[in-house]
Amino acid sequence: MKVHVNMDICLLHGQCVIAAPEIFSFDDNGDLHWVEVIDDSQVADAEAASDACPEQAIILG
Amino acid sequence: MAGPRITVVGASLAGLRTTEALKAALPQAQLTLIGDEPHAPYNRPPLSKEVMESFAGGDTDETEAFSKLLLRSKLMPEDASIRLGVGATGIESAGVRLADGSLIRSDWVIAATGIRPRRLPLPGNEDIRHVLRGFDDARALAPMLQPGVRLAVIGAGFIGCEIAATARKLGLHVTIVEPGPQPMMRALGPRVASAMATLHRRHGVTLLTGRSVEAFKPGRVFLDNGKEIEADVIVEALGSLPNTEWLAGSGAELSDGVLVDDTMRAVGASSLFAVGDIARFANPLFDDVPRRIEHWCIPGQTAKRAAQTIVAIEAGETPEPGFAPLPSFWSDQYGMRVQAFGAPALAETQTVVEGDLSQIGEAPVIVEYARDGALTGVIGLGAPPALIAKHRARLMAALTPKETA
Ligand SMILES: Cc1cc2nc3c(=O)[nH]c(=O)nc-3n(C[C@H](O)[C@H](O)[C@H](O)COP(=O)(O)OP(=O)(O)OC[C@H]3O[C@@H](n4cnc5c(N)ncnc54)[C@H](O)[C@@H]3O)c2cc1C
Ligand code: SF4
Repeated sequence: MKVHVNMDICLLHGQCVIAAPEIFSFDDNGDLHWVEVIDDSQVADAEAASDACPEQAIILG
Repeated sequence: MAGPRITVVGASLAGLRTTEALKAALPQAQLTLIGDEPHAPYNRPPLSKEVMESFAGGDTDETEAFSKLLLRSKLMPEDASIRLGVGATGIESAGVRLADGSLIRSDWVIAATGIRPRRLPLPGNEDIRHVLRGFDDARALAPMLQPGVRLAVIGAGFIGCEIAATARKLGLHVTIVEPGPQPMMRALGPRVASAMATLHRRHGVTLLTGRSVEAFKPGRVFLDNGKEIEADVIVEALGSLPNTEWLAGSGAELSDGVLVDDTMRAVGASSLFAVGDIARFANPLFDDVPRRIEHWCIPGQTAKRAAQTIVAIEAGETPEPGFAPLPSFWSDQYGMRVQAFGAPALAETQTVVEGDLSQIGEAPVIVEYARDGALTGVIGLGAPPALIAKHRARLMAALTPKETA
């Protein structure tokens, strides 16, 4: 599965980092990073992150 | 084999997430989602923030504004029967009664009916008095928010303060009347609340604390100290009341929302569940006192829990014990993000651990909240995400579920 964050609408709430720390993280500059291609074992975490994002910025596909 | 009939009442964040979680875990369930608003489930937080701003500024039309709010749904049309624009009026042993007289036969009922704004029990000025909870409220209020207009906001909770901040940005004259000593006092505690008061005043808001409204006269609001303020628009933002009337007679404990156990099952009504803003439950991260939590994160967390419980019961199993979600909320005022984790409201002491509250809005501030020497929450004010993440980790380490008998 592919993970994408629409940075035009992401407001850096960091809820994704809490829900799925293996996929989403902040660097020391506060920029958001994410794993772009995840395997099946991580899909549930990615969906939880997508649900937890108040801006609906996370696109899974 | 036909699955259980499950009716979810309230088609907003909590109701939608519960229906989705049930569909995923119990594909054979017969799901019905009932909502009294005519709109498909949508997101409320932007209503007092960017959507209000672009709406009032005439930048977006209604359809465009609503499309930005619409919650992305995993439900396919065949997954659930969704009935919008018709409210539930009662609960019976056979199921849920709707306003159009029909009965939705149900084995399980999920209450996700949320809350509504409390109104001042005073007559007058009805034509210019507004509340803000839903899209229709925003649609009625936004066109009034034009430059130079005098706005009176009654109540300095989060929603009142966000409306005030948005209105200042739009060039209105804003007065806030708050009965308590500081804005957002309960959620933020006295020190941070007083810094927030400074922030609002610095942005030109007339903030009257310790004052309440005695009466309305055409275009005027009379206060308890005999003073009056002139207003073209009034917003009542004095907190909320849970929408539980339809549950009268269900056996559930309805004194403040629906009292549920740690599986989201209503105490006193074994086929009823409650999720979201309406659910009152104890969180073992803090203590054994059941509370309602009006934060955006709670619908998602409680929805999953309720669905897990129903799945376990349907499978003849006992639901796994232990439910201890970490609450979090945010608020945006004057371009500054307030981001909270845990339960700052339960704390007795507040310690500034990064920055300086006199610099609020200009430089990052992190405040830790503690009770009996133990951390209960942390709040970042204009703090970068990486910095907050560090302090959230400290809080998580300190919060371990307490064993309650
Ligand atoms: C303006 C505003 C700004 C906010 N900003 C933030 C923020 O910045 N951060 C944050 O953490 N939280 C914020 N929140 C809170 C957050 O939006 C709520 O916590 C969340 O909406 C709760 O979801 P819910 O589904 O439990 O209840 P609700 O969203 O209230 O949904 C309940 C639904 O049930 C319907 N209903 C009621 N009675 C019946 C009935 N008898 N039959 C059928 N349907 C019924 C209602 O009409 C409504 O559609 C904000 C809320 C508002 C209103
Ligand atoms: S939760 Fe959403 S808005 Fe927040 S950082 Fe993650 S993607 Fe961005």
